[in-house]
Amino acid sequence: MFKDPDFGKKLKNQKALLLLSIPFVVYVLIFCYVPLFGWIMAFQKYKPNLGFTKSQFVGLDNFKFLFRNKDFMLCVRNTLMMGVINLVLGTICPIIFAILLSEFRFNMGKKFVQTVSYLPHFLSMIILTGIVFDVLSMENGTLNKLLMGIGVVDKPIQWLAEPKYFWWIVGFANRWKETGWDSIIYLAAITSINPDLYEAASIDGAGRMRRIWHITLPGLKPTILILLIMNVGNVLNVGFELQYLLGNDLVKSVAQTIDIYVLNYGIGKGNYSIGVAAGIFKSLVSIILVFIANTSAKAMGEESLY
Amino acid sequence: MAELTKKIVSTPNAPITQAEKPKRDAKDIGSKTKHSIVSRRTKGDNIFDAFNTVFMLVFSIVILYPLLNMVAVSFNDGLDALKGGITLVPRVFTLKNYQHVLSQQNMLTAAKVSVLRTVIGTLSATLVTSLLAYILSRKEFLFKKQLSLLYVVTMYVSGGLIPIFLVYKALGMTNSFMVYILPGMVPAFSMLVLRTYMNGLPDSLAESAMMDGAGHLTIFIRIIFPLCMPVVATVALFTAVGQWNSWFDAMLYNRMNSDLTTLQYELMQILNSITSSKQQTAETMKNASATVTPTSVRAAATVVTALPIVILYPFLQRYFVAGLTIGGVKE
Repeated sequence: MFKDPDFGKKLKNQKALLLLSIPFVVYVLIFCYVPLFGWIMAFQKYKPNLGFTKSQFVGLDNFKFLFRNKDFMLCVRNTLMMGVINLVLGTICPIIFAILLSEFRFNMGKKFVQTVSYLPHFLSMIILTGIVFDVLSMENGTLNKLLMGIGVVDKPIQWLAEPKYFWWIVGFANRWKETGWDSIIYLAAITSINPDLYEAASIDGAGRMRRIWHITLPGLKPTILILLIMNVGNVLNVGFELQYLLGNDLVKSVAQTIDIYVLNYGIGKGNYSIGVAAGIFKSLVSIILVFIANTSAKAMGEESLY
Repeated sequence: MAELTKKIVSTPNAPITQAEKPKRDAKDIGSKTKHSIVSRRTKGDNIFDAFNTVFMLVFSIVILYPLLNMVAVSFNDGLDALKGGITLVPRVFTLKNYQHVLSQQNMLTAAKVSVLRTVIGTLSATLVTSLLAYILSRKEFLFKKQLSLLYVVTMYVSGGLIPIFLVYKALGMTNSFMVYILPGMVPAFSMLVLRTYMNGLPDSLAESAMMDGAGHLTIFIRIIFPLCMPVVATVALFTAVGQWNSWFDAMLYNRMNSDLTTLQYELMQILNSITSSKQQTAETMKNASATVTPTSVRAAATVVTALPIVILYPFLQRYFVAGLTIGGVKE
């Protein structure tokens, strides 16, 4: 580009475009790239009054501290477990829902169910939390009433006070909110499957289930794999808002995630260096996870991200 | 990202060549099943359909019931609601919960700030992001690749909570309204969607205007931006929903300033006050004469907070579909 003899002339001709683009360069540098320098803090014993230049350099000490820290390791475990639950439920539920919806023959009903299923996606996390509180409440909670009504339990369960339920509550709350929305991409993929295949199969005597199993699912395979790879990279990114809002002292040991640790320990207590180190650890694990998922997809001879 | 979406959606199906492939669109989703159903309906099909109908019914109830129940509680007398048993209709109808919510100064401030941040945030982000997309869609622009890359990278790499917090603090954005507007001003993904759309517009439009002596800003505002309305609407609606629903920035940066509180943050405060049951009884006692309880007040506050979204939602759905078919407009 710079070897182009007319480069100077071209540059002059687009003075207006260059001028217009300057604020955008400045903006992105300040808001997105300057914070990256903050990663230096992870290798320092950062003191706000000393700044980056004068704070003591400590190498990997902050990371060593984290790995020996019981609280942090609990956070890592919780984040991973909830991430995996979210990944599994978040893959299976939308696929099943999309397939069933595409097989739903009653057209008006289909539109209605679609409209209803997307709605929770647009509600805030705070509202979701309120609904979870309501549904699981001890006194008048819908779930306890339902379970007692059909005789599964004889006294109400304190859902949010028992650590063993917490991960699943977060998982299913996320599903309530996002199943409909996540199914959109699978519905689009089902639409692009050739209808002749279904016709041929039904002439050969294949029933509904067999057609789903032998045509729809194989047709969805590339979509499922790509989304799975992308979601594997996000496994650690699922844990923050719901856990923060739903968590209480009784379930603290299972509700704390890496992000909450960064917030409480880093910003709350002013341990910036430790907080940044925890954040970097999370990003590193995410990158490694995407890499592993992508490589294994390639090894199986499937489509991959890159 | 656009290519990625294409990659995800296109599902290669074995032995059919492009020429034979019949043209289909979203309307045809049902037709394939309809056809086979006409040709042969087995007992298995009937069982499947019955099961499927029941499933869809249960699914809809699971989504709608908690929301409708919340509405019913919000219109019900607070003390009466504590007895339980309210399902879809209020037992003792009252508007006191709403009166209570709407008479609180902090709720009114919060509503004002929420509306302001949604309107200003959405308008500015949409206009500014479109301008960037316009610059990057100019084929003659020498640095379009470099500038695009600078923004695309931000989709994958982030400084993280603490560095960002410190930078915003250094910029004086704590305790300020700007922290709601500036950080999300130019979302890279929206920029890509807009740029893809603008690349699809005929070059001749801008060229002929240029001949007539129009500058880039004029061309952008008078010609290109109005032509992008379908996709601009989609981007704007998603930005608006994001603005309306966000609460974390209010908590992290503006907790100390009650003039900058938002509806979502106030709702979270109400939620937190209820979780400790001791406070619940204390509050109830205090409000005994007014017969509102934290639970009923929260229901009313939730309905107030969710209302704009539910009203906007039908439009949202329409524009979302418009957003999905963006690729259809070509020269």
